[in-house]
Amino acid sequence: MAADRGEERRRIAWRCRRGMLELDLLLQGFLRRGYDDLTAEERESFLTLLEFPDNPLLEVLMGRQEAVEPEIARVVRKIRSAAAA
Amino acid sequence: MNVERRKFDALIIGAGGGGLRAALQLARADAQVAVVSKVFPTRSHTVAAQGGVNAALANVLPDNWHWHMFDTVKGSDYLGDQDAIEYMCRAAPKAVYELEHAGVPFSRLENGRIYQRAFGGQSQDFGGEQAARTCAAADRTGHAILHTLYQQNIRARTHFFDEYFAIDLIRDREGYVLGALVMSIESGECLLIEAKATLIATGGAGQLFRTCTNALINTGDGIAMAMRAGVPAQDMEFFQFHPTGIAGKGMLITEGARGEGGYLINREGERFMERYAPHARDLASRDVVARAIATEVREGRGCGPEGDHVLLKVDHLGEEVVAKRLPGIRELALTFLHIDPAKEPIPVYPTAHYTMGGIPTNRFGQVVAPVRHGPEEPVPGLYAAGECACVSVHGANRLGGNSLLDIIVFGRAAARHIVGFLQENRYHRPLERESVERALEHRARWDRKGKGEPVAEIRRELRKVMEEHCGVFRDQQVLSEGLDKVKALAERLQEAVISDHSRIFNTARVEAMETENLMDLALATVTSALARTESRGAHSRIDFPERDDENWMKHTLCFADGRLDYKPVRTRPLTVDPFPPKPRVY
Repeated sequence: MAADRGEERRRIAWRCRRGMLELDLLLQGFLRRGYDDLTAEERESFLTLLEFPDNPLLEVLMGRQEAVEPEIARVVRKIRSAAAA
Repeated sequence: MNVERRKFDALIIGAGGGGLRAALQLARADAQVAVVSKVFPTRSHTVAAQGGVNAALANVLPDNWHWHMFDTVKGSDYLGDQDAIEYMCRAAPKAVYELEHAGVPFSRLENGRIYQRAFGGQSQDFGGEQAARTCAAADRTGHAILHTLYQQNIRARTHFFDEYFAIDLIRDREGYVLGALVMSIESGECLLIEAKATLIATGGAGQLFRTCTNALINTGDGIAMAMRAGVPAQDMEFFQFHPTGIAGKGMLITEGARGEGGYLINREGERFMERYAPHARDLASRDVVARAIATEVREGRGCGPEGDHVLLKVDHLGEEVVAKRLPGIRELALTFLHIDPAKEPIPVYPTAHYTMGGIPTNRFGQVVAPVRHGPEEPVPGLYAAGECACVSVHGANRLGGNSLLDIIVFGRAAARHIVGFLQENRYHRPLERESVERALEHRARWDRKGKGEPVAEIRRELRKVMEEHCGVFRDQQVLSEGLDKVKALAERLQEAVISDHSRIFNTARVEAMETENLMDLALATVTSALARTESRGAHSRIDFPERDDENWMKHTLCFADGRLDYKPVRTRPLTVDPFPPKPRVY
């Protein structure tokens, strides 16, 4: 189980590699500070967010556009607050 | 050779705009095409290109390809190859219309034609009035192009290997490139993709520098791979920097901030640009501002605990002006620094943006290298396009709007040439064991266990050394020290290990191989920069401030072992008269 979790985390880490530096910094920063504290449901929302194409993802994470689902909006807030650390 | 094999007509390494444009052309010509990409294709760095694509459509102001050609040659500081530049500028309108027909939603004028905006470096009538040459799909042109090309490739049945990392090219004794060894990042398994023709389209290498605008994926893998296969890297000393990126992070703070009245200060609070450019001050040209910032930091007047940046002040403009006229900058500062630029200054440092150098190619996308007869002998079966290639249409500096043009024009040109090559080379050539073994050994190197330094630390130091010793401030001493330091890091990398040896999604192994690639490119970059004793375009030497056309109007070729060679600039266009070198003033 522990090994599976490591695997899953590495898979997600690679999917946080994006086409734009802004997204890399936001997502990699969050992986280091914040991701591990998410609840199981919040992790699901985070995975949904990672499925967004780069440009819409940037819009949401930069706060230019509100995420429609409240669960996703909550994860977005957590990512943003981890960003400047 | 215990490795799974697959056969295709053509292999494309990299799924940005250049790779996908080529793949589409090939798939439509009924070739069997494999595209290998280390991330999901629509997450390639092309998505970050906001500006647009240049083409002399004359939809807004008078224009023609010949003026576009003049601007590009001048912008290249006369290091661009004029045959390739003529080809690109003539092909531009067709390339844009093809994208339009493929479905790219270009912004429109009221009459329905494609809207074109004015950009720096664009002129009418060979250096006259401002031209308007850039076609854009709002502020997400790269994104629109990439997604459109991806969808069209799915329709054309291009075969995608997503999340596969290319390790090395396979080459036989006669010099033919027969494909590549790649690795599934998910399973860690190797796969040998045999192809009659291979196109490298892996983008630039901004990650060479600590502060850069490039995504983490931009580690120049394809250029390093070509070097390991015996091809030199061309003109690597030419790297485009932007004077103001967010310090330690890299994102661009546009000139708009200084245009609106923002200014730079050092740790003493001094408006230092007054010393470097008494008249233009903070609005001096990009290279002057970038060098001034680097000089302040080098001379101990940098800000912050490490003294490694300067500050950009816009707080005196007031909250309303900042919110209204600089919303993008405000947003970046709020998100990444948690500071409001209307209240606090922004830490900035020059940020690396674009790799002008790369794999030498001709205007057909064929990789060319000095082998036996002359400096530009095609490497059979090997092609390159886009930022990883050096055609060279950008020469010593790239114009805004020409990078998206480069990828679509030369992605298409390479594919057209490959179609002809496939007609003449109908069968896969036999693989030679040694070449495959060598690639497999390269992959196995990171299975080594035991004691050693972590790779991540070496990568971090490399980027810092490159920034300090091969960034915007260059002279003999700084560069020689830089070369020694990079060589020392390269030796340390030989002994480094990774602690994770799992197979599945072993990102540490991928990052180690990326670091090897960056190391090879760093050596080529510093070596080339140290040798070029002149200032031209983006390569600016404090000790040799002038352009030296007599001795240096030539391309640098740097081999993997550090050996340098040179070849002349192609100053003869295809059909028009050459543009002879002139002082480059704007």
